[in-house]
Parts: sequence; structure tokens; C-alpha cells
Amino acid sequence: MTMVDLGKYAVPVIGSYVASLALLAALVGLTVWQGARMVRALRQAEADAEAAAQATETDHAH
Amino acid sequence: MSLWEYANPKKFMETSGRILPWASGLAAVALCVGLVWGFFFTPDDYRQGSTVKIIYIHVPSAMMAINIWVMMLVTSLIWLVRRHHVSALAAKAAAPIGLTMTLIALATGALWGQPMWGTWWAWDPRLTSFLILCLFYLGYMALWQAIDNPDTAADLTAVLCLVGSVFALLSRYAVNFWSQGLHQGASLSLDKKENVSDVFYFPLLVSIAGFVALFVALMLLRTRTEIRGRRLRALMARQRGA
Amino acid sequence: MTALFWRDLRLALRAGGGFGLGLAFFFIVAVLVPLGVGPEPTTLARIAPGICWVAALLASLLSLDRLFALDQEDGSLDLLATAPLPLESVATAKTAAHWVTTGLPLTLASPVVAMLLNLPAAGYPWLVAALFLGTPALSAIGTFGAALTVGLKRGGLLLSLLVLPLYIPTLIFGAEVVRRGAVGMTATPPLILLAGITAGAIGLLPFASAAALRMNLR
Repeated sequence: MTMVDLGKYAVPVIGSYVASLALLAALVGLTVWQGARMVRALRQAEADAEAAAQATETDHAH
Repeated sequence: MSLWEYANPKKFMETSGRILPWASGLAAVALCVGLVWGFFFTPDDYRQGSTVKIIYIHVPSAMMAINIWVMMLVTSLIWLVRRHHVSALAAKAAAPIGLTMTLIALATGALWGQPMWGTWWAWDPRLTSFLILCLFYLGYMALWQAIDNPDTAADLTAVLCLVGSVFALLSRYAVNFWSQGLHQGASLSLDKKENVSDVFYFPLLVSIAGFVALFVALMLLRTRTEIRGRRLRALMARQRGA
Repeated sequence: MTALFWRDLRLALRAGGGFGLGLAFFFIVAVLVPLGVGPEPTTLARIAPGICWVAALLASLLSLDRLFALDQEDGSLDLLATAPLPLESVATAKTAAHWVTTGLPLTLASPVVAMLLNLPAAGYPWLVAALFLGTPALSAIGTFGAALTVGLKRGGLLLSLLVLPLYIPTLIFGAEVVRRGAVGMTATPPLILLAGITAGAIGLLPFASAAALRMNLR
């Protein structure tokens, strides 16, 4: 890997890359986390709905 | 098979679920290749030195910032005309991505400008236009958050996007007019015509492809979350009614 | 439509928050700026156009969140929606009332503020002309923002976030008119652009405002 001599512009260049990748990482992280949380919540709500439906079925059976 | 089939949430979930791993993979590969190539394996510009390396992030993010707003405009129109919920949710999903792209464009633009202009921020027409775009994204997202009823929120944000687009164009023209006297000829030249040299152009193309793929992947993922959110709200409403 | 206009005007006057509030705010901003920036005359002269316009924007914002709120609270907004008068006319009437109680007084009072801020004499007629032609746009844009947020209880801050970016073209051209006029340059090009924005805003935004009102009332 060729070692890059950024000269006097090292701070802006490195800063740009670090800041941008950090922002992208934050966006991806947030998106994935929100997605996983929603899947869990939906699964929970669907399970509750199932349970409630079964409860009313057994009620009607009696 | 018409594109409108994907307006059906179930079909959208199926198709997006299949596309998602490919889009994510492509994004990761293209970004890595483009940025590593650009950062390590390209020469310095004779005028701008090593700061030209910022181009591989600044140009793609700036392009995405604008294009995402255009996508939001189109999907908002589709919602207003054809009432496809997936369309409205796709616009909502795209906004944070657009905002992030705008912030990246601003940050890299300012950091690129610092060695060129000797200041951390300059009211260059391009940077100023992106600052205004940032405000539009924030307003759009804030309005979605503020309205309770999802359909009303979709309606109002769609109208805001429409009106906002007109004013965004007006602002762009106004800012160019405004900045004439201040920074004559000091704007960064980001024209690809300027950087016609292949040695810069190809890693830039790969980088752009990476950003586009990243947007597609993130937008699909967020829209899926929104669609699930809608189903969750429906379930909870039914339970409350029961 | 004229009936609605006069009714809003009377309400604004009676509530006391009409003419007085926007105008007072305009003056307050004009007083605060030299206190913040320093009394140096040449500095003030240079920033006077911008300050006048920013003060106008902020003063215009003040009465916006009450624009539809009273009507919505007592249900008359729903009545207006079902009335034979189209909602677009309602929006226009509201815009006109807002302008008469905010933009117009501001325009008339602007020479006093310009004097406080040491605006060069050549700039005065341009200031009045620019504010006269530009403030109606502020009212029309503000009406749109108010229509979007009419359903919200504490919509004031969001209203500002939505409306201020939309004010930017008017601000830029309006301030440019005064700046050029103050140094004796011809300021007609930006004045025409400013008038164009206002014409477009007054003509087209009522449709967007009416659409937003309908969406909120559904």
C-alpha cells in the first residue's frame, strides 16, 4: 500500500474522510437499530394479537 | 409487470427483501473500492494539492443530497395523486438520508474550502445553497414528526415538499445573485469537465455508484421499517378497540 | 371574501395584538441591533438594509400561528370549509388581513427605523418600495405555513422552521434592492425579481394553503 504524503493538507483531507464516514456510520447504525426494534415490536404485537384471538375463541367455546 | 405493483406493501416487502442484500453488498464494495482507490492510488492536483482527494466524498454526497430531494418530490406527487402509502413512506424514509448527505457535503465542502480560502466557513453560493437545503430537510422531517395522523402527515409533508421545491430553486438563483459581489470566481470547480483526467474520474464514478447503492439500500431498509410501523399501528388500534 | 377580510381586521384590532405587536417588534429589533453591534455609523449604514429586512421577517412571523388558530378553536374553520366561498379565497383574505396589520404598518414605519440605523438617504425610497412589494409575499408564505400547522397545539416553533427558509428569496432580493439603492446604483432588477416572487406567492400559494387546510380538516 503506497503511503500517502498529504503534505500541508493532511488535516482537511483526513478530517473530511473521518467526519463523513462517521456520519455515514451513524446513519447506517441508526437505520439498522430502528429496523430491528420495529421488527421486535411488530413480532410482539402480532403474538399478542394471536393470544387475544385464541383467548376469545376459548371463551366462545365455553 | 408494471412498476405500480410495488405500490402494494406486501409486494414491496417481498421485492425489497430480495434486493436489499445485493444493494448493501454493492454499496460496501463500491464505496471501499472507490474511496481506497481515490485516497491511496491517485496523484495530487497541481493546483489543489492533496485536497482533491476530498472530491471522492464531496461530489457524490452533494449529488445525492439534491437527487434525494428530487426523489422525495416525485414520490410525494405520486402519493398526492395515486394515494399509494408505500410512496409516502418512501419519501419519509429518504429524508434522513438526504439530510445526512447534505451535512456531509457541507462538512467536506467547508473543510475543502479552508485551505483554499483560509477560513473554516465561507458564504460561497454552493455551500450556502446546501445550508438552505439542510433547513428544508429539517423542516420536512419536523413536520412528519409533529402530525399524529399518518395520512394527514403524509399529505401535509407532500405539499410542503412541493412548495419547498419551488422555493429551493428560487433560493438557489437568489443565492447566486446574492454572492456575486463577494466571492467572484472563488467557488470550487467541481465540474467533471475540469477533472477530465481519467485518473480522477474513474475512482469518482465508482464512489458515486457506491453512494447511490448505499442510498438504495438504506432507503429500502427504512421504508420497510415504516411499512412495519404502519402495520404495528393498525394492530395496536385494533387491540385498543377490542 | 371582503366580509371575511374586514372581520379578521376587526378581530386583530380588537385583540390588540394586531397593528401594535408586529410594529413594536420591528422597532425592538432595530434598537437591539446597534446595541449589539456597536454604534459605529458606517457599520450600521452597511448592515441597515439587511437588518430592516430581518426585522420585517421576524415581525411577520409573530402573528402567524394565530392566523387560523382562533377560527379552528371555535369551529368556524370547519364552517368556512363547507361554505360556498372557496378555501383559496379564505386563504387570500387571511393573507390580506395579515398584510394590512403587519406588512403595511411596517413598510410605513420603515423610514424611522432606517433613520435609527443610519441608512443613507438614497436608500429610503428603495426601502419603502421593497418592503411594500415584498411584505405581501411574507404574508402569503406565512399563511401557507399557518395552514400546514393549524392542527398543532404548539405549532409556533415548527411554523418558524418551515416558513423562514421560504422567506429567503424575498429576503435576499429585498435587501439587495435597498443595498444598491443606498449607494446610488439602479436597483430595478432585484426589485422586479422581488415583485415577481410576490406575484407568484400571492397567486399560487393560496391553492397550497387551501389544500393544507382541507387536509387538516379531514
